[in-house]
Amino acid sequence: MAQSATHQTSTSNGQAKTATFRVFRGDAQGGQVQDYQVPVESGMVVLDAMHYIQGFQSPDLAVRWNCKAAKCGSCSAEVNGKPSLMCKTRLDHLDLSQPIMVQPLKTFPLIRDLVTDVSWNYEVNKTIQPFTPPDENAKDWRYFQNDVDRPQEFRKCIECFLCQDVCHVLRNHNQKDQFYGPRWMIRLASLEMHPMDRADRIPFIKEKAGIGLCNITKCCTEVCPEEIRITDNAIIPLKERVVDRYYDPMMWFLRKLGFIR
Amino acid sequence: MSVTYETHTHDVLVIGAGGAGLRAAIEVSAQGLSVGLVCKSLLGKAHTVMAEGGAAAALGNVDPQDGWQTHFKDTMKGGKFMNNWRMAELHAKQAPDRINELQQWGAVFDRTKDGKISQRAFGGHTYKRLAHVGDRTGLEMIRTLQDKGVHSGIDVYMECTVSQLLKDGDGRVNGAFGYWRESGRFVVFNAKAVILATGGTGKAWKITSNSWEYTGDGQTLAYDAGADLLDMEFIQFHPTGMVWPPGVRGILVTEGVRGEGGILRNKDGKRFMFDYLPPETKHTFAETEEECERWVKATLANEQTDARRPPELSTRDNVAKAIYYEVQAGRGSPHGGVFLDISYQDADRIKRKLPSMYHQFKELADVDITKQPMEVGPTMHYTMGGIRVNPETQMTAVPGLFAAGECAAGLHGANRLGGNSLSDLVVFGRLAGLGAVEFAKSVEGTPKADEAQVKAAAQELLAPFERTGEGPYEVHRDLQEVMQHKVGIMRTEEDLQKALVELDAIEQRVAKVSVEGSIQFNPGWHLAQDLKNMIVVSKAVAKCALERRESRGGHTRVDFPNYDEKLANVNALIRKGEDGSMQYRTEATPEMPPELKKLFEEEKK
Repeated sequence: MAQSATHQTSTSNGQAKTATFRVFRGDAQGGQVQDYQVPVESGMVVLDAMHYIQGFQSPDLAVRWNCKAAKCGSCSAEVNGKPSLMCKTRLDHLDLSQPIMVQPLKTFPLIRDLVTDVSWNYEVNKTIQPFTPPDENAKDWRYFQNDVDRPQEFRKCIECFLCQDVCHVLRNHNQKDQFYGPRWMIRLASLEMHPMDRADRIPFIKEKAGIGLCNITKCCTEVCPEEIRITDNAIIPLKERVVDRYYDPMMWFLRKLGFIR
Repeated sequence: MSVTYETHTHDVLVIGAGGAGLRAAIEVSAQGLSVGLVCKSLLGKAHTVMAEGGAAAALGNVDPQDGWQTHFKDTMKGGKFMNNWRMAELHAKQAPDRINELQQWGAVFDRTKDGKISQRAFGGHTYKRLAHVGDRTGLEMIRTLQDKGVHSGIDVYMECTVSQLLKDGDGRVNGAFGYWRESGRFVVFNAKAVILATGGTGKAWKITSNSWEYTGDGQTLAYDAGADLLDMEFIQFHPTGMVWPPGVRGILVTEGVRGEGGILRNKDGKRFMFDYLPPETKHTFAETEEECERWVKATLANEQTDARRPPELSTRDNVAKAIYYEVQAGRGSPHGGVFLDISYQDADRIKRKLPSMYHQFKELADVDITKQPMEVGPTMHYTMGGIRVNPETQMTAVPGLFAAGECAAGLHGANRLGGNSLSDLVVFGRLAGLGAVEFAKSVEGTPKADEAQVKAAAQELLAPFERTGEGPYEVHRDLQEVMQHKVGIMRTEEDLQKALVELDAIEQRVAKVSVEGSIQFNPGWHLAQDLKNMIVVSKAVAKCALERRESRGGHTRVDFPNYDEKLANVNALIRKGEDGSMQYRTEATPEMPPELKKLFEEEKK
């Protein structure tokens, strides 16, 4: 991660400073990186540079974005090799003396330029048993803030899928058929830890979602723009629940005897 | 040219997948009809995710004296009585049920000490009324609706743009034509009823809190199909957008900051909002800094108090204008805004209650809001005007065409209270769903698209590839300049006249725009399509703004700074004429029934 601060916006002879952006252009058939010179203004982010390229140089540069405020999670890309939200990656945190590499997410199939096909994630979500409340009249539910601090942390997720992109089970081993990835682990955790939820997803988390494949490298937590402690607060506690259920000999014995379910 | 396209058939088609569209689709599905949901972006990215402060509903959890009557009155007063009273009434009565319903569907709202849904103060609301989740309420709502939706048997068409509505021989809407953004391939939707829920129009302005999707699509689709656009001059400029750095100029700073006790000061440190309270509401606000402090203290402790709200919680139109005047008078901050300060409060609480604001300023502006004030200024935020609908069914003047959420009009009148849009989405999204279901059930046979209409729509869509000339980005920049400077927060006869002439010239350029590259995920081509909608909406706004020669709510005429009693009961309507020209007419606002009028009289006593 190149992070030398270069704050000046103009050179000593008064000319506007420019930066080189080395942007991937191409589709599933192939492509190459292309260099663009972009004038740098104070406070600029990588997405501003992509918009400049669209507006003045390559109007067909494919980029996804919506909110430009790190709230929608649309503009995910790999900036200098690091999975990042382009709207949140400031140029003055990058070394502008070198070209800035902007590439699409590697874990998902490429559509065009910086846009990838993330539809797998939406298919996964459909298989997760949704929130399942008790049958009683729901009008007067009471639960307390400290009951929901943890699930609220997971519900901050903006579905940028950077955690999915960086997860080596998905990225290097392409085990999408066996492992749901960190995004869906926090979704599962938010449901399992909701005080009003009545479903039991532990067998599902073990088998279908494949939590055992996570070996806790914490890469997902590192790239999360919402600073959700994915590994510590969601994945490890879920692993513990799976272990309690399936691998704790005492629990197994008590279950066998019918003392617990 | 022979047109190839794929076809999908549903009872009801919903265009737009933000809060209103999702809620509508869920309702259609719950009523047992088949429903398709089209979104320009990926699912869950709609502008609703940006809503921060909360959803207004008179649950009475924090201030037990609240009720629908007060919410109704606040909404009408905030809207300067230009609202459709029936929509305001339905909204105030139904919002609490919709919020409870979201909770049943898994939304995790912040809690009060006794475990109920917490509610916070917001501008224009008499009581603490906004159900919220920190400052990411919109995200919580859309995620809840999305997760509910994917298990409701809704067919979702992501990254798909609808460019035209289709009609049958009787003038009923019977489907829509569009294209997949990814491949550029055409798609035809057959449907017995269509619901528009496409949101706002902010991208016609330069400084806006809105995302790229807000290009007036629904308003233009409806207008082209023969529906009325209502009160388009009422544009909300949110008082607090970021003013620096330039790349994020306009991005929203939630009103939640003021709801939690944020103080507005000019460069001299003066708390200027005391000077800008309208005489008719002045008595409902604190008179001294000491009274404000007592209010904040009680609010932080979640306790009742006799102290009145701080003046920062005046309605958005007031606060936006006050900031504008302070900056004009040379009392602004270094980057052309004013200061908004919450740093006097406990840092951990700020981070808990306003986490997104904390991160947004820290990361984008190098400002720690727990230690320093923010710099803020007005930003184009919301279109109060839009497609005219029947308040009970949400049907437009075109049979089979419905609208809900920001693209529809009526609830907010001349100025929207913060928090009323999130409840608007779920209240009227549901009603639009019910209205469309009822209509669809009355339609016999299977709807079938007319080939000639499809062919014409396809040709129009591809035309920019055939042309050579200027690109869409240049035209968009020029459009934004006109709207920002001549149809902005302060308007004059001269500017508006000029704007209309310039918009005509831009319209000619829009018709000639050319794009390069292929039809596969081509943002330049997508923008060329969006421009056709932005120009229609921009012209409608400028025209209505010119005709309303008074200042009211979000519409301010420098040359007519006061209310004009003659215009107090006048709605503006825009419709496409037979010859294709934009027709303007006025109509009296619907009269409120005596039992509702009485609510305001009782107050006077």
